[in-house]
Amino acid sequence: MSSRTPRPSRALIALAGLAMVAGACGSNQTPAEKAASGSGGSTPATGAGAPGAGSTKVGFIFVGPKDDYGYNQAAYQGSQAVKAGVPGIEVLTAENVPETDEAVRVMEQMIDKGAKIIFATSYGHLDPATKVAAAHPDVVVVQQGNLIKGTVASNMGTYFGTVYEPVYLAGIAAGKATKSNKLGYVYAFPIPQTIANINSFELGAKSVNKDAKTYVVNTSNWCDPAKQAEAAKSLISQGVDVITQHQDCTSTVTKEAESAGISVVGYHADASTLAPKGWLTGSEWKWDDLYVDIVKTAKDGKFPGSKYNANYRVGYKTGTNPFVQSKYGPSVSDDTKALIEKAKKEISGADGSPFKGPIKAQDGSELFPAGVPADYATIEDKNKAFVEGVVGDMPKMN
Amino acid sequence: MSGTLLAEVLTGGVRGGTSILFAALGETICERAGVVNLGTEGNMLMGAMTGYAVASITGNTWVGVAAGAAAGGALALLHAYFVLNRRTNQLATGLVLLFLALGVTSLFGVAYVKADIDAFQPVAVPGLSSLPFLGEIFFEQTVLTYLAYALVPALWWLLFRSRWGVVLRAAGERSEVLATYGYRVKPVQYLAVVAGGCLGGLGGAQLSTAYTNAWFENMTQGRGFIAVAVVIFAGRHPIKVAGGSLLFGAALALAPALQARGYSVNQFALDAVPYLLTIVVLVLLGKRESAQPPEGLQKVFEGSAVT
Repeated sequence: MSSRTPRPSRALIALAGLAMVAGACGSNQTPAEKAASGSGGSTPATGAGAPGAGSTKVGFIFVGPKDDYGYNQAAYQGSQAVKAGVPGIEVLTAENVPETDEAVRVMEQMIDKGAKIIFATSYGHLDPATKVAAAHPDVVVVQQGNLIKGTVASNMGTYFGTVYEPVYLAGIAAGKATKSNKLGYVYAFPIPQTIANINSFELGAKSVNKDAKTYVVNTSNWCDPAKQAEAAKSLISQGVDVITQHQDCTSTVTKEAESAGISVVGYHADASTLAPKGWLTGSEWKWDDLYVDIVKTAKDGKFPGSKYNANYRVGYKTGTNPFVQSKYGPSVSDDTKALIEKAKKEISGADGSPFKGPIKAQDGSELFPAGVPADYATIEDKNKAFVEGVVGDMPKMN
Repeated sequence: MSGTLLAEVLTGGVRGGTSILFAALGETICERAGVVNLGTEGNMLMGAMTGYAVASITGNTWVGVAAGAAAGGALALLHAYFVLNRRTNQLATGLVLLFLALGVTSLFGVAYVKADIDAFQPVAVPGLSSLPFLGEIFFEQTVLTYLAYALVPALWWLLFRSRWGVVLRAAGERSEVLATYGYRVKPVQYLAVVAGGCLGGLGGAQLSTAYTNAWFENMTQGRGFIAVAVVIFAGRHPIKVAGGSLLFGAALALAPALQARGYSVNQFALDAVPYLLTIVVLVLLGKRESAQPPEGLQKVFEGSAVT
């Protein structure tokens, strides 16, 4: 059974604010505010008294609507998997929770209802999540995608997948599919995660087709379909015959490719129905197993000291990457699928990575020295330039 | 199909400028009658969402476009009621209705994010499309763009050569005179505001059913405000409005065309170019007496109610 915790209305918040002013004796602070101003951490051991132990309810907050066919929808589906995968658990969800103290209030409401495990699923939910965790040492608060700096409290953690791994595999499909050896990438902003994706895509393509080049166009917007349409048309007019993207809304580029009769690699969601002919493969979120495992770990009283009680990053090398490859389209040959399987094994191995050096940047300088980079965080951080084979410059930001 | 950079940018300009052109022509009618509608962005959103939704439900994209125009008109009808009957501030009312449209379209639009429609495809005009250079730019577009072409001279004629136009402009300039001659001012202004809203809706529908083949929350991304700015800087003249709209579209098409060719670009400069270029050109072109706003509109900007 799932019940919704609605976002508190502005009027209620205003009333609450008034009440606090009227009270004026200092005892009207929410527990989170108390903790933020006063002392915080106790360190419960694992077992029955551990944070989250025996919880019968788990809360999820999302920054956007659950039907965005992207990031938030994927997280919502993960929350529903928890409902199915953990016997007897009740799942509370709240959509459109902003990355402000309003998130604190929503999480407090969930705790009031009995939730002892909270998932704060947006990057900017980290600060509110930290406040709530400090105020409720008995509640486990995990946050999706951000990094806790310094000491990690015994009831907190962050988690994320490794997005560029399936993108590398999709690059192989693109490299095999192209006839013009020109691949197109429509992206929003030159942030490290996106640059890692673009580089990984090109490296994957190049691993099976040394002539494959990736042409990049940015839209400086996460969802401006008109700019996407123009970006796709520009790439197609340059002879690009496989197109992919890093955008929040993905259908315009996908349909544009299909109607131009070229191939398309997806991102965020399975959009194969929009491009029945041109769909190759893609990458999408599948949080089910990870969410279920986190909930079970906490419920069993084993959260403190576990791998989730940290900045947990998971990829092919360390477990089940929640960023998975989408299904294949009809034009992908068995030969290509076998190549992708082989590559997946390689990059999952101890000495494997899409960023196994030496890898040169566009300007010929060495981006990754020979050998396998240290860890996922290092790799993302080092992706500040395009690799050789990417055509086009990163937009200058000044 | 690898054309020259110039031809590609201009083609993209017409394609991307069409939605702005529709909305700007609508706002031209509205402002000529003495009413500013800052909610043009909202009219476009209503048109984009309704157009896409109805096209997907009925399977007929033309029905969708008609519904989109009607939805834009419906929002404008509210604007007309508030500013003409309730005498609310025109600028504030337009903005409030924009936020209303933003909410309504994101609420009802969610169901259609994944819907599919039979989107308009480019149709080459026989004969004209084989004109050197101009053919590929202007005559390999979708039907809705051709409709916009036709509207420009039609609106010019209507405003400046027809009796209707005289009455409409009189309502915007000095409505007391119109009243003295026995005309009822309010119906004229109502008609102008609603017609303007319909064109805004049409522009939005072009965006969703012909240009991007998609609906997303807030997909107009400020194009309605561009339309209002174009109208003001173009002195509310349909021909100049058309030029400004297409110029803005072309400036938008410049960034991806350059990037796809591997040129290095400055993010901030390229994002600002469309706005700067359009404003500079229209200001230079508009330095004539015709750029004077209608007297009725001057009152709006000076803060007193329109009478």
